[in-house]
Amino acid sequence: MSFQHQHAAHCESGVISNLLRHHGVPMSESLAFGLSAGLAFAYLPFVKINGLPLIAYRSLPRSIIKGLIGPLAARFRFETFRSPQAGQQRLDALLASGQIVGLQTSVYWLPYFPPDMRFHFNAHNLLVYGKEGDDYLISDPVFEEPVRCASADLSRARFAKGALAPKGLLYYPQSIARKSVTPEAVRAAIRKNCNRMLPPVPIAGVRGMRLLAGKVEKLPAADPQSAAFIGHIVRMQEEIGTGGAGFRFIYAAFLQEAAQLAQLPTLADFSERLTTIGDGWRSLALKAARMVKGREPVDPAAIANQLREQAAREEAFFRELKTAV
Amino acid sequence: MDLESVPQEGNATLGGHRKAMYAKDANGRMVIAPSAGWEAEEIVTSHAVEALQAQAEQARERVKAGMASPLEFWMYERRMDVALLSQTSGFWQWRVKRHLRPEGFAKLSLKQLERYADALGVAPADLQRLP
Repeated sequence: MSFQHQHAAHCESGVISNLLRHHGVPMSESLAFGLSAGLAFAYLPFVKINGLPLIAYRSLPRSIIKGLIGPLAARFRFETFRSPQAGQQRLDALLASGQIVGLQTSVYWLPYFPPDMRFHFNAHNLLVYGKEGDDYLISDPVFEEPVRCASADLSRARFAKGALAPKGLLYYPQSIARKSVTPEAVRAAIRKNCNRMLPPVPIAGVRGMRLLAGKVEKLPAADPQSAAFIGHIVRMQEEIGTGGAGFRFIYAAFLQEAAQLAQLPTLADFSERLTTIGDGWRSLALKAARMVKGREPVDPAAIANQLREQAAREEAFFRELKTAV
Repeated sequence: MDLESVPQEGNATLGGHRKAMYAKDANGRMVIAPSAGWEAEEIVTSHAVEALQAQAEQARERVKAGMASPLEFWMYERRMDVALLSQTSGFWQWRVKRHLRPEGFAKLSLKQLERYADALGVAPADLQRLP
């Protein structure tokens, strides 16, 4: 069967759903995201990216792929390499045997990315489905069409160093025992995600949002660094391929599918509610961008208030969702 | 978000690409819709890119004034900072800082220059001057 590329919002859920569909599992991006309980919020002030704290709207890299292994009773092979030569040889051998291979790469060293999107982020995911001459044929799910990449460039991106260094990681399924999704798996994934959003620790879930709100509130309005900090929140929420509103819209799409798969029609109402909450995140992003641009005065307290409102809405939402499943 | 609210206003930082968004169609179903870009995103991305470019330009001036080595320019040009260059080159941060000064940079051996050149994706000869 020839490979079918499908455009997706996010790299990891996009890669794994394209890969699973190739192996005969009817898997949408949103189902992959929801079934692996991918939604999250984390504010990690001690992890710095170019001097700004890590703010994540999703779970850890690779957790979407690993989260699907259980529900599908699948076995995946993950391989890392000491040298770029060994990594490329193995990739070529797998392609020659007809395998479609997932890779973790840096974004910065992929020449097909637009220049303004090339940041040093090492947990990007893509699929390689062939090789022509020196070019790898790549299905990068955040692009509308398949792309190509010369072998030297791909090798550099696979062996980039720094935080989350991929070490040439490649992966592919060895066996998939269950090709459909059970209602129990759907409910378990939703429960798990509710717990993730309502955790006992202050840096994650709705408490992480409140912690971030407290930090934003204390930013001095006149300092240019404050605008950079506020802009950074928006970038983590929108720019990096979240399908909008920091993955809230993808999860709303999942809840609609879950309503059918788990025979729980009430989940469709929850989907509707989460879409509205997502609109709240979009309005926060718009306000923040206007401040960054200087169209309205930088007002950290206003952003902090909106963050707290979002936290309150999401707390109520996930508490009720938990009792519904 | 409804399908007709999916932003199509364009975003220069996407370089002509469209990104996938999730939105509600007329029947209330969440579907994937390509977006040509949202101004809010364009603002914050350009803001971040410009901050990095400004760092590189300031480094260029310091190099011209003899206050910094070309390594500092190339580090920022490649969107890195001392912490990341330390990780990618394998030099301790205090050594990287030393090499950012002209006198520290002048003492680098060819082998050490090659380590930086490799980490930054620059030819060793180019690393020794401004482009």
